[in-house]
Amino acid sequence: MSVTDVQRGALVSDVLDTPAGVNNFSIVAATVNGSGSQTANTTLLRALFKMGIPVSGKNLFPSNIQGLPTWFSIRLSKDGYIARREKSEILVAMNLATAAEDIANLPPGGVCILPSEWHLKEDRSDIIYYTLPVQQMAKDSGATADRRPYVANMVYVGALTELLGIDPAEIESALNYHFDGKPGPVKLNMGVVEAAIKYTKEHIVKSDPYRVERMNANQGKIIIDGNNASALGAVFGGFTVAAWYPITPSTSLIDALTEHAKALRVDPQTGEHTYAIVQAEDEIAALGMVVGAGWAGARAMTSTSGPGISLMTEYAGLAYFTEVPAVVWDIMRMGPSTGLPTRVSQGDVLSCYYLGHGDTRHVCLLPANMKECFEFGWRAFDLAERLQTLIFVLSDLDLGMNLWMTDPFDYPEQPMDRGKVLSAEDLQRLGGFHRYEDVDGDGIPYRTIPGTDHPKAAYFTRGSGHNAQAAYTERADEWEANLKRLAKKFATARTLVPKPVVDEVPGAEVGLIAYGSTDPGIVEARMFLEKRGIKTSYLRLRALPTEDIFQAFAHKYARIYVVENNFDGQVHKILQTEAPDVAGRMVSIAHCDGLPLTSRWIAQAILEQER
Amino acid sequence: MAVQMTPSSPNVNLIGLERADYKGKPSTLCKGCGHDSISARIISVAYDLSLKPTQVIKLSGIGCSSKTPAYFLSQSHGFNGLHGRMPSLATGATLANRTLTAIGISGDGDTGSIGIGQFKHMVRRNIPLVYIVENNGVYGLTKGQFSATADEGQKLKYAGLNELPPIDVCLEAVVADCGFVARSFAGDPRQVEALLKAALSHRGTAVLDIISPCVTFNDHEDSTKSYSYGKSHEQVINDFTFIPAREEITVDYEPGQAADVRLHDGSVIRLKKLDHSHDPTDRFAAMRLLEEAHQKQEFITGLIYVNESRPTFPELERLPDEPLARLPEERVRPSREALAKVIAEFA
Repeated sequence: MSVTDVQRGALVSDVLDTPAGVNNFSIVAATVNGSGSQTANTTLLRALFKMGIPVSGKNLFPSNIQGLPTWFSIRLSKDGYIARREKSEILVAMNLATAAEDIANLPPGGVCILPSEWHLKEDRSDIIYYTLPVQQMAKDSGATADRRPYVANMVYVGALTELLGIDPAEIESALNYHFDGKPGPVKLNMGVVEAAIKYTKEHIVKSDPYRVERMNANQGKIIIDGNNASALGAVFGGFTVAAWYPITPSTSLIDALTEHAKALRVDPQTGEHTYAIVQAEDEIAALGMVVGAGWAGARAMTSTSGPGISLMTEYAGLAYFTEVPAVVWDIMRMGPSTGLPTRVSQGDVLSCYYLGHGDTRHVCLLPANMKECFEFGWRAFDLAERLQTLIFVLSDLDLGMNLWMTDPFDYPEQPMDRGKVLSAEDLQRLGGFHRYEDVDGDGIPYRTIPGTDHPKAAYFTRGSGHNAQAAYTERADEWEANLKRLAKKFATARTLVPKPVVDEVPGAEVGLIAYGSTDPGIVEARMFLEKRGIKTSYLRLRALPTEDIFQAFAHKYARIYVVENNFDGQVHKILQTEAPDVAGRMVSIAHCDGLPLTSRWIAQAILEQER
Repeated sequence: MAVQMTPSSPNVNLIGLERADYKGKPSTLCKGCGHDSISARIISVAYDLSLKPTQVIKLSGIGCSSKTPAYFLSQSHGFNGLHGRMPSLATGATLANRTLTAIGISGDGDTGSIGIGQFKHMVRRNIPLVYIVENNGVYGLTKGQFSATADEGQKLKYAGLNELPPIDVCLEAVVADCGFVARSFAGDPRQVEALLKAALSHRGTAVLDIISPCVTFNDHEDSTKSYSYGKSHEQVINDFTFIPAREEITVDYEPGQAADVRLHDGSVIRLKKLDHSHDPTDRFAAMRLLEEAHQKQEFITGLIYVNESRPTFPELERLPDEPLARLPEERVRPSREALAKVIAEFA
């Protein structure tokens, strides 16, 4: 089965998803990874974005450096829908190995652009073939032999520019952006684009309906990937120590963090860094460094993915029990085990929520878009220090590594919240403190930072049994009292985490609950469902544990569908325990095949339940 | 700042603290445990050097040794972490606050087995801390299994015969280019104190492998980690005096009889040159010394290797002098204008 086509069930035709015409279709470029097709694809995406057309791009790439198939799909949607679609109307076939299957996946009326050198039998009469001498044009470009496979991709950029009516000036400016204004590569690539435009004009008769027109939908918007947005959020959250271990799809978050920190957090006079980023020897050490730094007063963070979360389990439990603030980003990919490193899932929610042995629970934030990646990037530190605990931010590969349009990010308005920290002056006034005493009745104790210059500042941190005074204890009553306080602290967390976003529709009987990267699919699926006469209200969770708004929603609707991108319906399970009295109303709509959920699949799955 | 050279009263040190101010909670280890004697040495040295307890952090892993930070320096923050994972805690803590003096306490199981990876990487990064391995060749808290530092041919009551070669903590440290490597014996308090003082003045990672007999599980007659074995077999490889930066150098040897190693903080290790004595500034000699001692089954103690030239990790990270943990908001949160500028790059 190809990754460009996922269909299931007998009711596929029930939900119509057949866009056509102007600014309303999808393009998929099937290439070989390591061939430089990313330049071509992001150039196209950017040019369309700059023409004011709502676009989204998804890169389906292999866990490999060179030679395996990769697909990049670009969706144009005048109505602003940005979820993945199952079908693309236009195929750019640049990988002979997958061409037969890619062509078979085109819908009737679809377009296939392919190299004429392949001499492929054009055996589908219901699609349109356009051929270009791709290899010859790459050769004619003047590029050195080793660069030819790269510039070859510019042939399809040129062909699409002419066929769809993309403004060539926008292509050139996108190339300038991509190559940072370096005239050499811009000229070389633009030369190929222009040659392909000319060839298309002279040799191809357009007979398909797909084309683009300038719009004004992207005013003020930027285009960015989630890992970049998250890293930027961390920089503006005043992170001071980050420790990490390379793992797909989280690595680019740290790459971006490094880049932004270099630009924004280095003293231009002294060259001093107001941060440290450490590539650890493994994820165990990465979280160990983060916990050590958080304990010593830093705003500390790590970023990882599933296998790293497994290795971090031990330290996560220690941080929970010793109440050390820190932030853990999990850019979720497919598990179990190594799974598929370059495919998306929301498969780590259950494991992160309960990460650690014994009775352990962690606050999890669930960003769904670029603004939330940025916002949670800084807010996670405030929450970690306020609650003195680990904050998990569960992003995923789709959010993290794909490019998304977004409104610009809002500067954090409130000052950094460093939580309940006692200074030497406080200790002088108070005469001392007890590290794990619940002074304020919210379960959150006071802490001191190592180095606080007061003889009563020190306390002893241990993962073994401790009482309110932080002394070792094996007493049953003290053990239980501590766990009860931690439970109270978790109840306090419910009131502090980001609230869900709710869209209630008058007359709706159906409630939808989702989180994270499935949001664009839900938004469009609700439109499909409404066309079928099913009104839905929608609650998008932004954090665990849940709070009052979720409770009210769960108790209001007769049927609630919890939609998520994993196999077991992990959040569905958690929500059933959060609202046990209405657990029976909640139905799991879960799907996990490595790809972002499509709106059609979501609508279809709900329709099957509703009929 | 003028340095006070003499205490104001005989019962206090240069910062006006009494010996009792450096104590910890009562030990819960077995009576006679070598680890308790090491804790006593740490208390004594911290008092003698007038360390400010609030500016010290104590870190440990898991095991009998790792319990001991509770038994000294109560006025210092302590973190009894995870088994074999203390080096990563120390890495994070010393990055967050590079001004603190860090003391790490580990054991032979904690360092030699579960923690060997973190140990090597800590040394590789030159994390500024004194890392003490309280080495008894046996797992005490789980009641008498062999550790990876047990000598070949050793016998234990329940575990039987050890047929595997030992991991030499000092050799591993030298190989990873540790700038301060020493071995000592808990039954030799004078040497432990001298080495501890020197280690606390070293700028990067200082590894002290201290043979510390386990009186319950590994102090029998044919053990190479027992008190009696240590006392009868200890071979001191060098004799030295540690002279803190603020003290006048009063130890005098005849010309040619002594060599000085000047440490980063201005203090001096004055080595007395003996016949055939080991030169601790020679890394290859240090490796040879350790390998030969292993082959001849000799119990050597003393300063094995010292090299002050490697920059520490916070130095490599170009950190400011003030702790990252205490930087004010305006230094760690870029401005509104800075955000607008970055955003414009994505437009």
